Amino acid sequence: MKAFSYERIDDAAQAAARAFEVSGSKFIAGGTNLLDLMKHEIEMPAHLIDINGTGLDDIVATDDGGLRIGALVSNTALGADERIKRDYPVLSRALFAGASSQLRNKASTGGNLLQRTRCPYFYDTAMPCNKREPGAGCAALDEGADTRQLGVIGTSDHCIATHPSDMAVALRVLDAEVETVNPEGQTRRLTLDEFYQLPGDTPNVENALEPGEIITGVVLPAPVGGRQQYYKVRDRASYAFALVSVALIETDDGKGRVALGGVAPKPWRRDEADAELGNGAKAVMEKLLDGARPTDENAYKLTLAERTLAALLAKE
Amino acid sequence: MTSTTTFEKHRDSATTRSAVALSINGQRHELELDNRTTLLDTLREHLKLTGSKKGCDLGQCGACTVYINGERVNSCLTLAVMHQDDEITTIEGVGDVEHMDPMQQAFVDNDAFQCGYCTPGQICSAKATLDEIRAGIPSHVTQELNGPIEISDEEIRERMSGNLCRCGAYANILKAINQVANDQTARERS
Ligand SMILES: Cc1cc2nc3c(=O)[nH]c(=O)nc-3n(C[C@H](O)[C@H](O)[C@H](O)COP(=O)(O)OP(=O)(O)OC[C@H]3O[C@@H](n4cnc5c(N)ncnc54)[C@H](O)[C@@H]3O)c2cc1C
Ligand code: SF4
Ligand code: FES
Ligand code: FES
Repeated sequence: MKAFSYERIDDAAQAAARAFEVSGSKFIAGGTNLLDLMKHEIEMPAHLIDINGTGLDDIVATDDGGLRIGALVSNTALGADERIKRDYPVLSRALFAGASSQLRNKASTGGNLLQRTRCPYFYDTAMPCNKREPGAGCAALDEGADTRQLGVIGTSDHCIATHPSDMAVALRVLDAEVETVNPEGQTRRLTLDEFYQLPGDTPNVENALEPGEIITGVVLPAPVGGRQQYYKVRDRASYAFALVSVALIETDDGKGRVALGGVAPKPWRRDEADAELGNGAKAVMEKLLDGARPTDENAYKLTLAERTLAALLAKE
Repeated sequence: MTSTTTFEKHRDSATTRSAVALSINGQRHELELDNRTTLLDTLREHLKLTGSKKGCDLGQCGACTVYINGERVNSCLTLAVMHQDDEITTIEGVGDVEHMDPMQQAFVDNDAFQCGYCTPGQICSAKATLDEIRAGIPSHVTQELNGPIEISDEEIRERMSGNLCRCGAYANILKAINQVANDQTARERS
């Protein structure tokens, strides 16, 4: 790990201003992703700003019947919250499908959204990776590369990595918005679709955050109700990242929404696919995965996604 | 906006160390540490509290599990300087040979280890597993999200999945946890 200076700032807007001022700054929340990446010298911040004292750790009702989740609310506290369990069960399910109890106790809402890919070549600093080092090339696109876990849609000729968060898939299906404050103290809200960016020819840019901008929270709209499910398919029964995951909401009016994890650089959802939910899993996936560019090794994800959705739709 | 300071200044040894006071097992320790020092390395290398073990150093194995303000966490994935004023409890604070915690006794009774390397982390996690079930915190295998949660082998296994054991003592670890769970339930009933 490279040496760095450290300070704690207990106000979000001040932390944003400070991060803008000191080049090479990074915020640290739970530290469960950042410290892992710092040990690998994939992330090498010169300055760490500890934001754990900013008080962004509660979940409060909004005026329009939704909830505002502070960026520092832990994954355990969020998943176990009575209102989340009752009104947004797909979110509880996604959270408890991720990581381990020890990690969930530390992992924060903001940090979870910003966790980086688990592409094996991103982690292997001896291999070229455009995400780590823009312009270096992408080892995952080389002949014979191991691409089994990597993306099938939304990818580019520069990067085929996926976003690994389970929580973000549930937030996407719930139409949540990310709330931020920038170094000038201005706030804004972005849908998850706006927040996450596709790799294109700049896979190092993963989201819409500007320099210094800090996530203050996530806003959930009023509950949509309906039947909510999260199904995560992985190599073992617990404690592994998703190969494919499906977040599904079926509302009483026969409509619904579906988002996929493990297949794309961001939680994957399309309105035209949601509209097909009455016509079965195959019809949904024809729209949702239209334009997919799998490798020979990960084409199984297309079939797996369809069958996973079919299994959820068929559940009593 | 003020001018941007340089990277070099922040990698300078004058700024890469911090003073921190840690409260561990009820005792206060004043330390001056390189900011990079994880809580695990602080415990083991600076305070000689070597009960917490380093398996992977990457949050994958659970050997370093300790409690911070009552919650179990991986001490390898957090920095000591982030824990000023937090209450930290390690396996040494859970119990010792003279005053064994019921979970430690249950691990001995059930032969729940071979080499013992993962054991401190397993015991910290095992105690937290039962506490978390009783607190109504759901897990991946909990059928009904709302309402009380039954202690079952399936619940225990899922909640212990962040603790790996190279010796494969899992079956007896499960027995040890069930022993404590049953004793607690019996005590509540009487
Ligand atoms: C062994 C292991 C298994 C895992 N398994 C899963 C899994 O199955 N599913 C899953 O979804 N996740 C999994 N995770 C990832 C885990 O969910 C993330 O590490 C965690 O959510 C990150 O949150 P944090 O608060 O610790 O973030 P940190 O490590 O503190 O930060 C992560 C990034 O976010 C930035 N950041 C943090 N907070 C803010 C903020 N408020 N504003 C702006 N920037 C911010 C930091 O600068 C950093 O770049 C696993 C992790 C490990 C180590
Ligand atoms: S797929 Fe993306 S993250 Fe993986 S090696 Fe290629 S550029 Fe890097
Ligand atoms: S040493 Fe911390 S989880 Fe393995
Ligand atoms: S007893 Fe040897 S690793 Fe678990």
